[in-house]
Amino acid sequence: MATTEILLAGFGGQGVLFAGKILAYCGLMDNKELSWLPSYGPEMRGGTANCSVCISDEPIGSPLVLTPDILIAMNQPSFDKFIGDVKPGGKVFYDSTLIEADCSRTDIEIFPVASSQLADDNALKGGSNIILLGKVIKETGVFSLETMKKAIEKVVPPSKAQLIPNNFKAIELGMNS
Amino acid sequence: MAVVFERPKALLDVPFHYCPGCTHGIVHRLVAEVLDEMGIEGETVGVCPVGCSVMAYDYFGCDMIEAPHGRAPAVATGVKRTNPDKFVFTYQGDGDLAAIGTAETVHSATRGENIVVIFINNTIYGMTGGQMAPTTLPGQVTQTTPFGRDPQLAGYPVRVCEMLSTLTGTAYAERVAVDSVPHIREAKKAIRKAFETQKNKKGFSIVEVLSTCPTNWGLTPVEALKRLQDEMIPYYPLGVYKDTTAEEGNK
Amino acid sequence: MERNLMKGNEALAEAAIRAGCKCFFGYPITPQTELAAYMAKRMNKAGGVFLQAESEIAAINMVLGAASTGVRAMTSSSSPGLSLKSEGISYIAGSDLPAVIINVQRGGPGLGGIQPSQADYWQATKALGHGDFHLMVFAPASVQEMVDMVVKAFDKADQYRCPAMILADGLLGQMMEPVSFPEINPDSHDKSSWAATGHKGERKHHIINSLYLQPDELEKSVADRFERYAQIKENETDAELYLTEDCDILLCAFGATARVVKSAVNEARAQGIKAGLFRPKTLWPFPEKELNEAAKNAKKLLSVEMSMGQMIDDIKLAINCSKPVEFYGRTGGVIPTPAEVLAEIKKVGGAE
Repeated sequence: MATTEILLAGFGGQGVLFAGKILAYCGLMDNKELSWLPSYGPEMRGGTANCSVCISDEPIGSPLVLTPDILIAMNQPSFDKFIGDVKPGGKVFYDSTLIEADCSRTDIEIFPVASSQLADDNALKGGSNIILLGKVIKETGVFSLETMKKAIEKVVPPSKAQLIPNNFKAIELGMNS
Repeated sequence: MAVVFERPKALLDVPFHYCPGCTHGIVHRLVAEVLDEMGIEGETVGVCPVGCSVMAYDYFGCDMIEAPHGRAPAVATGVKRTNPDKFVFTYQGDGDLAAIGTAETVHSATRGENIVVIFINNTIYGMTGGQMAPTTLPGQVTQTTPFGRDPQLAGYPVRVCEMLSTLTGTAYAERVAVDSVPHIREAKKAIRKAFETQKNKKGFSIVEVLSTCPTNWGLTPVEALKRLQDEMIPYYPLGVYKDTTAEEGNK
Repeated sequence: MERNLMKGNEALAEAAIRAGCKCFFGYPITPQTELAAYMAKRMNKAGGVFLQAESEIAAINMVLGAASTGVRAMTSSSSPGLSLKSEGISYIAGSDLPAVIINVQRGGPGLGGIQPSQADYWQATKALGHGDFHLMVFAPASVQEMVDMVVKAFDKADQYRCPAMILADGLLGQMMEPVSFPEINPDSHDKSSWAATGHKGERKHHIINSLYLQPDELEKSVADRFERYAQIKENETDAELYLTEDCDILLCAFGATARVVKSAVNEARAQGIKAGLFRPKTLWPFPEKELNEAAKNAKKLLSVEMSMGQMIDDIKLAINCSKPVEFYGRTGGVIPTPAEVLAEIKKVGGAE
């Protein structure tokens, strides 16, 4: 496989970096080359956050994703800002509860997921990011469900292990959305 | 013939570079006597400053480190934290300790670093030729206060023992002087107590020693001692400012 | 070997602990703070000392004190903090002490920004403090190299009794990549001939000092140190040469920028342009032999840096200005893109 470049973006606190970490750990589980690069700024909460994840069979060159193969957008400003950068043939996943997609591009595939609503309906507070990941693996095949489950077990710290089943549930919700 | 007075072993047989009448020699001797009496020279690392006592590393027999200006307490922290079983002391002047090194002094004290600080307060920068120090008295003439220190212009002197005694980490703070034999005896006791405080892991100790600088004060050695008594001691009262060493527990 | 996923800053810390670093003194600054946080969590358990200092100045002097006793000591910071540490670094060099200093660079001058930069190249390689001295400067380009170079930096610092620096940047510090930790031989350097740990009545006192009031003594002390520097220059240069054998245009880049440039070189090759990459892994000593080897068939060189052009001077000196050396750089925290670099390759004549 060539390099898959993934860009995740949203508000701070939505779990953008965490979702990116799960994708990065998926790469680790599958023995791929990978990189994870967060945007970093002075604000601890509430500002915009994004993160670049590259997955490849070859060593990663620049870890900064400028033209993503996969865009995961969790708020309107991120969608608007990055939609034009997606590679032709790329795939876009977004939280349709929070984002009104206004996109004239026909060279990309767009997957709305009412992930915030789904999270609320299923008592998965803060699970919108993981629901989107479920949709991503279903539609792109970049990782298997099994890989992602292993990644989640690795990323969730032992002190929060009780949250793992909820994360699994969120993935499945996303896959079935 | 019986020897009644000799050089402490922890003081090496090297001629001092200090000016005639300078009291550094007395304080060096007191520190060395304490190292001898406690038998700890071989377990001690000293840190000397930038200032007149910069070359103290040639005089003390223990292992010595020469620190950047003002940084001796930070250097001592690095030594002590990695070698907690060793005795560590700094020997610093007023410019070093209370001007450029104020942050290092205050923070090593507030951390309760288990070190001894010997602080020579002679109200002037000696090595650079007699400029105003943070402890220079109001009205005192120096190279950079040629009309006398004007507090409106140059601020007020820092009283170090008083300031550091407000910090919880300071275990022992005492101001002494070396102007007379009784005071010198008191000074020796204070230095001994500081090292004992370190031995007992009680925390930060400072012994402020009111000293003279005849050369830069423009006085004879005897006149200098008189100035110490008449002008410095009233402004910087002698005594114990803090002593928690009798309290239970280590820091 | 097991692969772990770690942030560059954390990998630097873990590698240091594994390399036998027994104390870390630091002060918070973005974008390297994870390093100190990791040390705070791990150092005590590893039998070492972590202490948050009151300033960068205090931190480097705590390193000086610890290193004086022969203990492996480290501090880390980012650009503005290095300016504050420069005093202590000069004293450490002048006192012939080994120590490791990390700079996870951000944009400058002044308070600058917090995004990645390479604008401390001059500072690191030419003037990290007053006086005649150098420190070894390693420039990692991946999280794995951060690990490997920290281990090497401790070893070389001990071997040559001089400070060593890891010159990284915010991108490398913040990114996560897989790393594995090699088996590391314990610190085997014997420092008993100089370390100040108390003489126990068994030897003359040791003095750690950088003061020599007699000019001829100071000159000799500096000259002795420069003899060691000559050995370092002879033995310790390191560089990666990528597709340089037949290249018409040789790109020169270090650290994170070299990753961007490698992507551009690959794209240029795909478009039929014979581009190559010279990536110094040691910035001081600068790998002059390696550069001349890499540049032997090139018609032009192009230095790409996250600065206004600082390494370019060393490139010109190394090849004795025998070929044109062009420059492309972004500064202030802007990371150049592979597309920009490719365009520059074409612009300066790589397409001929």
